[in-house]
Amino acid sequence: MTEALVLAALLAVVCVVVVAFPFLKEPEPESDSLDELDEAERRRLELLESRDRSLAALKELEFDHRTGTISDDDYRTLVGPLRREVASALQALGGEANSEPSSQDGEGRPPGERS
Amino acid sequence: MAELGRAALVVTLGLTTYALVAGAAAAHLGRRRLALSAQNALVAAFFSTLVASGVLLAALLRHDFSFTYVARTTSEALPTGYTVSAFWGGQEGSLLLWLLVLTGFGALAVRLNRGWARDLIVWVVPVFATVAVFFSFLVVAVASPFAVQPAPPDGAGMTPSLQNPYMLAHPPLLYLGYVGLTVPFAFALAALLSGRTDERWLIATRRWTLVAWTALGIGQLLGAHWAYVEVGWGGYYAWDPVENAALMPWLAATAFLHSVMIQEKRGMLRVWNVLLVILAFSLSLFGTFLTRSGVVNSIHSFTQSSIGPWFLAFIAFTVAVSLALLFRRLPQLRSPTRLESPVSREAAFLYNNLLLLALCLTILWGVVYPLISEAVRGEAVVLGRSYFDFFLRVFGLPLLLLMGIGPLIAWRKASLRSLVTTFRWPTTVALVTGAVLVVLGAGSSVPGLVTYTFAAFVVATIVMEFSRGTRARKALGAVSWPGAFHSLISRNRRRYGGYVVHAAIVLLAIGIAGSSAFDTVAEAKLRPGESMDVGRYTLAYRSLDERQVENATEIRATLAVSRGDRDLGTLEAGKNAYTIEQQVSNEVGIRSDRLTGEDLFVIAEQIDPDGAVYFRVFVKPLVNLIWIAGLVFVLGSAIALWPDAREQRRLVARAREVGVPATR
Repeated sequence: MTEALVLAALLAVVCVVVVAFPFLKEPEPESDSLDELDEAERRRLELLESRDRSLAALKELEFDHRTGTISDDDYRTLVGPLRREVASALQALGGEANSEPSSQDGEGRPPGERS
Repeated sequence: MAELGRAALVVTLGLTTYALVAGAAAAHLGRRRLALSAQNALVAAFFSTLVASGVLLAALLRHDFSFTYVARTTSEALPTGYTVSAFWGGQEGSLLLWLLVLTGFGALAVRLNRGWARDLIVWVVPVFATVAVFFSFLVVAVASPFAVQPAPPDGAGMTPSLQNPYMLAHPPLLYLGYVGLTVPFAFALAALLSGRTDERWLIATRRWTLVAWTALGIGQLLGAHWAYVEVGWGGYYAWDPVENAALMPWLAATAFLHSVMIQEKRGMLRVWNVLLVILAFSLSLFGTFLTRSGVVNSIHSFTQSSIGPWFLAFIAFTVAVSLALLFRRLPQLRSPTRLESPVSREAAFLYNNLLLLALCLTILWGVVYPLISEAVRGEAVVLGRSYFDFFLRVFGLPLLLLMGIGPLIAWRKASLRSLVTTFRWPTTVALVTGAVLVVLGAGSSVPGLVTYTFAAFVVATIVMEFSRGTRARKALGAVSWPGAFHSLISRNRRRYGGYVVHAAIVLLAIGIAGSSAFDTVAEAKLRPGESMDVGRYTLAYRSLDERQVENATEIRATLAVSRGDRDLGTLEAGKNAYTIEQQVSNEVGIRSDRLTGEDLFVIAEQIDPDGAVYFRVFVKPLVNLIWIAGLVFVLGSAIALWPDAREQRRLVARAREVGVPATR
């Protein structure tokens, strides 16, 4: 009984230390705010997702056409709009990149320098 | 040591409650250290639950009958393997296992994703913790595995049907599946709570969903094999409410795994995907409720307990909160693209989803109907096998056909001319197969014939996809044919792993159709020396023997089996009388033909004192394809789950471009 209670107390103490560890490690941090994406970064993420989606679709279409799963007619119908989508996604990303200063976060760090 | 187990669970409850409150506060207020602290609490909860599990396992292995749970589920004579399986053989232990897997998955999911999706993880922690609080509360306050009593000299033993090697793997796999569905649910809700409805929640969870789905699928198949060899009624799936309870979330997860591709490829079905994740998780909770509440009569259910209302309340809470959050985020989840044509791959996936969901909801209706009829009319009306079989055919056969159609249609839209060209070969193969089968006499069952014809169509499309793809890879510069084949799969593991899973489903369909639509049954009461004919087999009853094993008395009738002039050896069928448990079980005799996949299945229904035995004998064509399908299913899932270095690089590059940490 006593042995079990001692072990239980030990377990509770270890758990408390583990839970408190972030505060023990950094008692007075420079910043305690969460490192979240700002609006510009979220917009950029959406554009990157859209670009990757279009590129992947184009790649799959090319391969399916090569294997014969997609006929020449269907390929010709589909490839044009897909290429335009890729181009427009890249263009939108280019536009975002040109307005880069606005994508910096509140603390003035450029993207890529996040910890 | 029961005190240590109890204390460890109280610590788990404290930690999960802290993870919930601190996690929610951190996410709301944007506090970094508090968020990390909540994440640590979730990880620590896993270790404290592990301690509690260790205490219970030690008590089981030591046969410490002062633990009420140990005394109720085991005995001194129970073999060690089954003593270990008693951990999940009873209500309280299985809830503890659930909590252990839940906290383990939570800790792992947070650990693996906190680098690249940390703004999402901040919200995942309180969602996960909410579920963990519920289960830890149950094992602390409602159904504790650490209740103690004055130790009796021996335990009550284990239900005989659970004394089977399958019980070592079947329930834990189902738990991995059920609990695994918490991960996509937690990420989906985190996306709704945080408003981060980009693709990251899908990317973070699709492997988890695949793992949970695979575990649930294999768990069910093992359960079916257990029913086949152990329960001794001649079948493998009885549409039992608890069996259905595992099938429903699997169907919802199957729908999700297909529709998630439409979101990834076309950015469509965002609301639908969240709904499917909520449905799959809610159904996994509902399944647990059915097993534990005692509201349905099932071979799988635990005894009547007070746990039902708690589950019902939690399911209601989960569904209400999830739907409210979904409603709140509807504007953000609107799809930027629309379905361009009803003849396209995304449309085929959508039809697949609708059929899967229709089948899932039909089964749900079949499960809840007896409960509703009892509540309304005071009499439980059970929907029988014919109800479920009918809807399996209505929705299952088109689903089977769609497995062959979907992969061969172009995304966005396909022309009629293209369809004719693409489907020329698979259709020819299917029609020839159907015609040959009619000639061979398979026309006696129309659903069986249609299943085989559709199966041939799907197999033809799968073979075509692999052969064309390999040829294309070879043309693109692969040095050898095996190299081209390897390159084909490794460049798109999900697609080709998916085809292998489709092949498994085809085997499953052929096995089910063969064993149910074309089976033969015969019954006879035989005395030693007499014989009976079943299909092409002749069974001669030779002798009845009795022998004592570790925990039971085995009574076996020996039958000599022959087919035509060919002697096929002997087969034993009989009963086990369990001394401690005071129960008798059927022990069936099965002879499998490895070449044809056919089983000769013998049940000794009744054994008279004078040695006469009432036998029921089945011949089940192709039934072994069902179990082979399990192996192919695991292979396909493993291919799809295998880490994809190219995709990892793409995700890392994307993360870098945005400026978020790229570690996963």
